[in-house]
Amino acid sequence: MPSRLFLDLVDPWINWAWLSTHIPYVWAAVEQHLTLTVIALAGGLAIALPLGIAARRWTNLHLRPAALAVFGGFYTIPSIALFALLIPYTGLGTLTAEIPLVGYNVLILVRNVLVGLDAVPPDVIDAANGMGYRPWARLLRIELPLALPAIFAGLRVATVSTIGIVTITAVIGLGGLGQLILRGLIESFHTPLVVATVLCIVLALVADLLIAGVQRLAVPWARPA
Amino acid sequence: MSLLQATFQWLTDPSHWQGIDGIPTRIGEQVHLSIESVAIGAVIALPVGIVLGHYGRFGTLAINISNVGRAVPSFGILVIAFQVFGLGDLPIVIALTALAVPPMVTNTYVALREVDPDVKDAARGMGYREFAQVLRVELPLAVPLIMAGVRTSAVQVVATATLAALIAGGGLGRYIVDGLARSDYPRTLAGALLVAALALSTEFLLAGLQRVLVPRGIRLLNAPASRRAGTFKTA
Repeated sequence: MPSRLFLDLVDPWINWAWLSTHIPYVWAAVEQHLTLTVIALAGGLAIALPLGIAARRWTNLHLRPAALAVFGGFYTIPSIALFALLIPYTGLGTLTAEIPLVGYNVLILVRNVLVGLDAVPPDVIDAANGMGYRPWARLLRIELPLALPAIFAGLRVATVSTIGIVTITAVIGLGGLGQLILRGLIESFHTPLVVATVLCIVLALVADLLIAGVQRLAVPWARPA
Repeated sequence: MSLLQATFQWLTDPSHWQGIDGIPTRIGEQVHLSIESVAIGAVIALPVGIVLGHYGRFGTLAINISNVGRAVPSFGILVIAFQVFGLGDLPIVIALTALAVPPMVTNTYVALREVDPDVKDAARGMGYREFAQVLRVELPLAVPLIMAGVRTSAVQVVATATLAALIAGGGLGRYIVDGLARSDYPRTLAGALLVAALALSTEFLLAGLQRVLVPRGIRLLNAPASRRAGTFKTA
C-alpha cells in the first residue's frame, strides 16, 4: 500500500485528458479484441456445426458422449493454464490464443446444436419422411433450420464469454483490451484499466444484442407473438 | 532433456512439495480462497434467489444477471479490486465473490419458479404457513437446480482463482506467472498441469456431491436448459 500512496492521491479513476489523446491506442486494442473474438467464434462454429450434425446423423459412432466429454473437460481447464501449456509448442501469438478459445466455443456450440436438433418434434420428422425427404436432406433443410434458435442461443453465450476471456490473452502478449488492463496493473494507472473493463462489458452486451437482432431476422417463425 | 521430462522432474522434486512455495501450500491457498468466495457468494445469492423466485418478482433481472455476469471480464475486476484494496486476499475474495453470485442467483430463482403450482396449492391447503412452505416444500424440490448453480459457480471460481497470481496473490497460478517471468518453462508447465488437474477434480467432486445430496426422487425434475446459467466461464 505505501508504495501506491502517491499515485492514489493524484490518479483519478478516469483521466479524461489522457483518454482524449489516446483514442487511437484504445481503438487499436478494441480492434485486436474483436479480431480475436471473431476468429474464436468462426473456428468454434466451423468445428461444432459439422460435429453436432455428424453426432446426430451417425448415432452408432457415439460421437455425442465422446465430444461432450472431451470438450467438457477442456472447457473446465482455465485459459491461463492452456495458454501456458501451449507456449512451448505454438509460441507467443494468435495460434496459442485461439486454440483454447475455439475449444471452449466448440463445447458451448455443439451442446446447443444437439439440444436444438433433439427438440425437433417427431411429427415434423414424420411429415418430412412422408414427403420423401432423404435423411441428409431432411437434416439440412428441415431439422437444422428448426434448431437455429438453440444454435443462436449458444452463439450468444459463446460470444459474451469469449469477449471476457480474450482479456486474459494479455499474458501471452495479445489481449486486446486485456493489454490495457495489464498496463493499468503494471503502472498502477487507473484510466486504461477502467476504460478497458467498461469497454469489455459494453462490447459483450452490444454483441449480444446484435446477434439477438440477427436471430430475429433469420428465424422469423420463432419470434414471440 | 525434453521439456516434458524436465516438467516431470520439477513435479517429482521433493523440494517442490514443501515450504511456502510448495505445491501443497499453493493448492491450499487456491482452495481456501475459492471456498471462502463461494461461501460468501452463496450467503448473498441464495436468499436473494429464493425470495425473488418465491414471489416471482424481478424475473428479468434474476435471469439476466448471469448474462451480465458473463460479460464482466474477471481479469479487469481482479485488477480493479487490487487497485482499490491493495495487496492481500481481500481483493481476490471480493472479485471472486462477484463472479460467484450471478449463476447462483439465476439458478436459485429458476429453481423456485419451477416448483409445480399445484404442489404449492397443496401445501397451502395442508395448512403450511408461507415460511414453512418455502423451507419444507419449495426448497427441497429446488435443491437439484440450486446445487447445479453452486457447482457452476464453484468450478468457475476455482479456475479464476488462478488469476490471483497476476495481482501478486498466491495459488497455483504463481507457478505459471513466475515460470513465464523467469523463462522457467518446466515450472510454468507444471503449474498449468496442476491447475488443470485441480479444476477437473473440482468439477468431478462437485458432480459427485450433487449426486449424493440430491434425493433420488427429484433428480429428474429439471428446468429447461435454456433458462439455467449452465455454461458460465470467465477465465
